[in-house]
Amino acid sequence: MEELKTDQHRNQKVCKMRKIATRFRYHQRIIPKQLDRENSLAINMSPPFDPAPIDAEPVDDKGPVVAELVGPPPISTDLGSPPESTDRTRPWKSRFVTVAKFILMGFLLLSTFAFLTTGMSEAHRETASQVTPTLTRQAEPAAAATEIANPYSETIREQWQLQIKNAGLTAAPPADWLTVCRRLSLAMVGSGLSLEEIRSLESLPENQRVARHRDALLNDPRFHDYWAERFTRFYVGADDGPFLVYRRRRFRTWLSDEFAANTRYDALVRKLITAKGVWTDRPEVNFYTVTFDSGDGQPDPIRMAARTCRAFLGIRIDCLQCHNDFLGNVSMGDPLWMDGTGEFREGTQQDFHALAAFFTAVDSEGLQGLQNRNADYQYQYLNADSEQPVAPEVPFRRDLLTPRAEPAAVTLTSIETPAIDSETPSTDSEPLKEQATAVPFVNERQRLADWITHPENVQFARATVTRVWALLVGTPPADAVDDLPLDSEPSPLMMTLSRAFIESGFDLRYLIRLITDSPAFQVDSRSPSGDESFEITVRHERAMAAFPVVRLRAEQVAGAAIQAGRVKTLDRETSLLLQLQQFGDRNDFLRRYGDLGEDEFENETITITQRLTMLNGKLTSEVANWNPVLNTSAHVGMFAENDEGVVEALYLANLNRYPTDAEREHFTRRLAEADSRQNAIVDIVWVLLNSSEFAWNH
Amino acid sequence: MTRLICNPHAHFSRRQCLGGAGGLFMTTLARRLALAAEQADDPGRPPMSVILLWLEGGPSQLETFDPHPGEIAGGEAKAISTSVKGLSIADTLPRVAEQMHLTTLIRSVVGKEGDHERAVYNIKTGYRPDPTLIHPSIGAVLCDADDQGADIPRHVSILPGGSPARGGFLGARFDAFKTGDPSSSVPDVKARVDDDRYQRRLADLSDVLEPQFARGRLIDLQSNRTLHAASTEAARRMMSSDQLSAFDVTSESAATLSSFGDDPFGRGCLAAARLIEVGVRCVEVTLGGWDSHVTNHALQASACSRLDPALASLLSRLSVRGLLDSTLVVCGGEFGRTPRINPAGGRDHWPHGFSTLLAGGKFRRGYVHGATSNAVDAKGTKGHVGEPVEIADIHTTIQTALGLDPTLEYETPIGRPMARADGRVLSECLTNA
Repeated sequence: MEELKTDQHRNQKVCKMRKIATRFRYHQRIIPKQLDRENSLAINMSPPFDPAPIDAEPVDDKGPVVAELVGPPPISTDLGSPPESTDRTRPWKSRFVTVAKFILMGFLLLSTFAFLTTGMSEAHRETASQVTPTLTRQAEPAAAATEIANPYSETIREQWQLQIKNAGLTAAPPADWLTVCRRLSLAMVGSGLSLEEIRSLESLPENQRVARHRDALLNDPRFHDYWAERFTRFYVGADDGPFLVYRRRRFRTWLSDEFAANTRYDALVRKLITAKGVWTDRPEVNFYTVTFDSGDGQPDPIRMAARTCRAFLGIRIDCLQCHNDFLGNVSMGDPLWMDGTGEFREGTQQDFHALAAFFTAVDSEGLQGLQNRNADYQYQYLNADSEQPVAPEVPFRRDLLTPRAEPAAVTLTSIETPAIDSETPSTDSEPLKEQATAVPFVNERQRLADWITHPENVQFARATVTRVWALLVGTPPADAVDDLPLDSEPSPLMMTLSRAFIESGFDLRYLIRLITDSPAFQVDSRSPSGDESFEITVRHERAMAAFPVVRLRAEQVAGAAIQAGRVKTLDRETSLLLQLQQFGDRNDFLRRYGDLGEDEFENETITITQRLTMLNGKLTSEVANWNPVLNTSAHVGMFAENDEGVVEALYLANLNRYPTDAEREHFTRRLAEADSRQNAIVDIVWVLLNSSEFAWNH
Repeated sequence: MTRLICNPHAHFSRRQCLGGAGGLFMTTLARRLALAAEQADDPGRPPMSVILLWLEGGPSQLETFDPHPGEIAGGEAKAISTSVKGLSIADTLPRVAEQMHLTTLIRSVVGKEGDHERAVYNIKTGYRPDPTLIHPSIGAVLCDADDQGADIPRHVSILPGGSPARGGFLGARFDAFKTGDPSSSVPDVKARVDDDRYQRRLADLSDVLEPQFARGRLIDLQSNRTLHAASTEAARRMMSSDQLSAFDVTSESAATLSSFGDDPFGRGCLAAARLIEVGVRCVEVTLGGWDSHVTNHALQASACSRLDPALASLLSRLSVRGLLDSTLVVCGGEFGRTPRINPAGGRDHWPHGFSTLLAGGKFRRGYVHGATSNAVDAKGTKGHVGEPVEIADIHTTIQTALGLDPTLEYETPIGRPMARADGRVLSECLTNA
């Protein structure tokens, strides 16, 4: 009796469930089907019964029971097909429907999420940075820059000459075209020239070769990718960063597209600083999300301030985070060379934290990603008793900062009439924010971005010029790439480049042309032979009287080796494909050879691991080996006219220069005397790959 | 440029070292003199070495050295008694339990980093990540302090995981030399062609290519910039060194191999013990598999089954051979795991109270420092960890135990003074001798 009661009760419950289910899903057979099973189970099995294992065992459908229990007739009619056929078709059908249902649900969920996120981060609206008044000019097309007559070239030459004369030195002669082209390739695409490129350049008049090669590189996707990676390193670092909320590769790809489009550099920087939205949808947001791990899921204003200062202004103010400057390391002021008063003061903690305060004007709001809000920053200074509010302020040239509109702030989070952005932050239950939804607020990050990229803030251009110079030459013009104190005046040469860069509308390609056209880039790294020879010292390198001899970075060594092994120029696709397939251990090479990480321009001494990797490693062996399908060594060995031709082609492919007479003679003799010509050719490639000349820029 | 690689001994005299350094910076010279004074403390003392058993991914303190049996936090791990009276550790480490009398166990390490990458950096260097510089790891500090050494690199990382030890601002020459499972040979130390051919290649390199490159270029290109000849020579010396055989554990008896647990980590620990004997100063051996966000107990138990024989055999071997006085064994990971077991049966990252095991050198034997409570939902350290130990404290104490002065200041590349370690000495963990 007790059992029966329970069963009845259960049946009633099931029936109720079923009604609810059918009300919503009467098109789908799956629900009735499952319920049928449950019913029959409930009836046939004795309690205790756990309703969970619905799919535990297939149970025959009891037709009559179904008919009784099923409420709406259409469904029972649907199900009322002959029992034999139901047994065969139903499981298959139901499975199919289940899968389809899940796919549909998944798709709907994903699209809802995608819709929400894209909508919220305003993917199709112009961002604030793109409508700032300072950017009325459109970015100039890449080709147009080529046409611009260069009024600065002569000034740069004179200043370069004067710089060397003042140092009491003699300049080395100009380098030959192949050497200059090798420098360009290493700097811009991270590898040497291919044999194919050299042969094609040889067909041009000599005075056009450098410019032609450079123009080809500027439009080469490998250049955009490589520079995107190098810039990514100093923007967000080399590490993988916080899980999920940070997508380094997305950021780099975005940067690559910006370089391909030749976006104005000031606009690019403004996009980074004012980034808004979700990190997957708006890749520039990763500039912020990379600091989420130390900011408890929010941008870390301390790290943002330090990073911004170093990356865009070339000033290290990190030590001001904890204490005022007492060593004279960080001087702040408005230098004469930037049309200021020339008065300096010691940097203070306030300088750092007022800058950090700009980065509290943003927070991460879940699905909506980064959203603007009013700045709210509290800090307890060293020797202070308590925390105090810190208002956003810049450390120098404060006159260039867009003033906040009146009335003046009562408290930091109070609402002000906006200058730039009248957008309201999202709703939130906090009272302050509710207030903010009613009244527009100050877009502090926009103010900061406009100040950094202000044409009169020459320090920004100076930092960029220094960075680009270091990328091109391999070493910064002075000591460090991000240590350009305001109180040390830039050299006239750097000043000219900065002015020209500003005037060009912050055109990176124009800047690259200007630097690589300069005699400082084209000068040889060795003294002339014969009577005019002189000793080259470190002083020559510093004064730019000789091109500095700089160790190549790990990826440049790998890139140059892989390119040397191929006759044809690697393009974006083949370079990826080959690197992945043929040199599956390229990453292993990078790891063993030692990636410099973020320390872009440290000139480290060579390590024993690096030496061993080159002497006995897999990459060297694969590039040198006799592989008729892939390798230069075999191609040259099979198709060169004679042994001299072999030696010349190997030198060109590996070192990007012609062999000297002595070298030609020596290695031709090696080939003639060898027991195995193939081995002799492989040996030559090995020797070239292991030379200092291969692993150093010169 | 004072020294070329981890082994400058054979080709750079102290005078060259000092001269070169003095030429660069007076401060560097002063630092070198301070280092020399440090070494002169006790000339008869054998040089100290470090073996770091790096448990990558965050080992659970509750399934290793700090069990809480019968409590919610304790999970499935049971406790077993050890060779130290009154001390119990988890039953996952039965053989280590027999060697606990050799060790100092710290159960109260607290950190501030809960992300793998940042926490690994913090524990390996003693400093939290700083975008302006990279701090050196223990091995780099040790190699920098003292140039006694071997033909082979003095800082070695066996089975390097995600972040092998680095020289940081001390220089890439102090980076750990990375090598894999000792059952296979050390990478890139065997020439790929026969000796005649190799000699011919090297001769062409040094007689034809290098002079041609140096001609007319920087006056001290070879000696002060590329260091091509010297580094090639050092590589050659390593390739032909007898000491290289220290990597080759296959020469050990089958019984020894199996006592270490004949797997890559066990062989790595055995190789570490052998390397220390030929003069290597710091060996890091990595064991992964600890990041147990799901099925915590099974994962931890499986990782422990590899750690247990290796660590126990390593301690006993060093002890038997009398090397524990001059060798410091450090065993730990980047953080512990949450006392609360999550719905997936896993434990998540937990820097608020986890364990690190230290043995050898001046560390006390059979000593336990600090404790954690049974709390499952502690919000942090307060009230949960007794006698908390900061990560910088561990570095300071390790350096003291190694006979290094932790307050000695380096000058970083940007001229900022930086102490070797920035914590307090846990004097209660050290013997007075």
